[in-house]
Amino acid sequence: MSQQLPGRDVVLNAAETGAVEAAAATTHRGPHTDVAVDLTQFEALIAADQRIEPRDVMPEAYRRSLVRQIAQHAHSEIIGMQPEGAWISRAPSLRRKAILMAKVQDEAGHGLYLYSAAETLGVSRDDLLDQLHEGRQRYSSIFNYPTLTWADMGAIGWLVDGAAIMNQVPLCRCSYGPYARAVIRVCKEESFHQRQGFEILWTLARGTDAQRAMAQDAVDRWWWPALMMFGPPDDESTHSAQSMAWGIKRFSNDELRQRFVDITVPQAQRIGLTLPDADLALDEESGHWRFGEIDWSEFERVLRGDGPCNATRVAHRRAAHEDGAWVREAAAAYAAKQRVQEPAA
Amino acid sequence: MSEPLWEVFVRASRGLSHQHVGSLHAPDAAMALRNARDVFTRRQEGVSLWVVPAAAITASSPDEREAFFDPAGDKVYRHPTFYEVPEDVQYL
Repeated sequence: MSQQLPGRDVVLNAAETGAVEAAAATTHRGPHTDVAVDLTQFEALIAADQRIEPRDVMPEAYRRSLVRQIAQHAHSEIIGMQPEGAWISRAPSLRRKAILMAKVQDEAGHGLYLYSAAETLGVSRDDLLDQLHEGRQRYSSIFNYPTLTWADMGAIGWLVDGAAIMNQVPLCRCSYGPYARAVIRVCKEESFHQRQGFEILWTLARGTDAQRAMAQDAVDRWWWPALMMFGPPDDESTHSAQSMAWGIKRFSNDELRQRFVDITVPQAQRIGLTLPDADLALDEESGHWRFGEIDWSEFERVLRGDGPCNATRVAHRRAAHEDGAWVREAAAAYAAKQRVQEPAA
Repeated sequence: MSEPLWEVFVRASRGLSHQHVGSLHAPDAAMALRNARDVFTRRQEGVSLWVVPAAAITASSPDEREAFFDPAGDKVYRHPTFYEVPEDVQYL
């Protein structure tokens, strides 16, 4: 007897119907498919370092953890457009302006890849945006710091994007297929971001005394927040252990932070700027750069909403969303009109 | 207000087939194509784009995977390595 063909209502990424509903439909189909059997397959795939795809059965906690992480990642990309977007009109040359616009456009694109990945887990983009606007989902606390000078464009590209790349590269091997694929695209595009940031600081450091001072000031302000981007220390990280076991995370927060410090210190030396840490010292034996105590109370404060820009970032994001509503409505009305005029062949 | 989902396929260069690269939301096919250009080909990643309504795709089901693909499992004779031929025969 030939196999029954799957129904037409099953979409590739399961975004509309939802992986969860698909999973639920599977488990309710008959007596031979129960939850325990399905999770055995999930665990076997994880153990074999295989990818989980949207319509595979997965533990609800795995799905929820991914939604939280991917949404937070997507929100960070689109909120991250603001600190740099603020400098597009003030970029010092046409070349710098074109580059900055391309970079900010990339951040928007990265947000879109990631929202699409999140949607494969059965959540809607509209709902994720609502959660961002209502403060129910977070974005990286780094974007709650202000960009005071042009040199901040350099420090963000070099340090903030540098730290982001360090965090993201291992995510290219994340156990959840759509997330890994989205991050691969993000990483390919991100390396220009870091290099252009380095170039800005490199140029300023070779300029006038005032320009050099501006570059140093930017590095002084961004260094510690960049180190905080790797998240709390391993022994205080709430989600780490489970994420590692599920193959979502591949390296611990502290490991990645150390790696970032080790590659960044020589780069700072090369530019000729000082990293604002009196305790920074090379440990000859291990080859690692030892660094000072991170002020986690500041991290907690900014995460809680008391950073310099938390309120303005979310307010700006909401305003942009509301101001753009008429465009979405007009496009929908036009699409509806076209459908009436040209019935499908 | 939720816009329909579109799957995006890019032909990287002449001679290659279109490949799935991701998905996006758009109110209609023309907007989907424009959005796909901006989202997936900002660095000359393609010479041709397809956008397909996600709802129009019929997919095989993961829970029927084994039964669905198993028939090919015991037909190793479809591979050239299945056949034993003398080692000194050339171009075979």
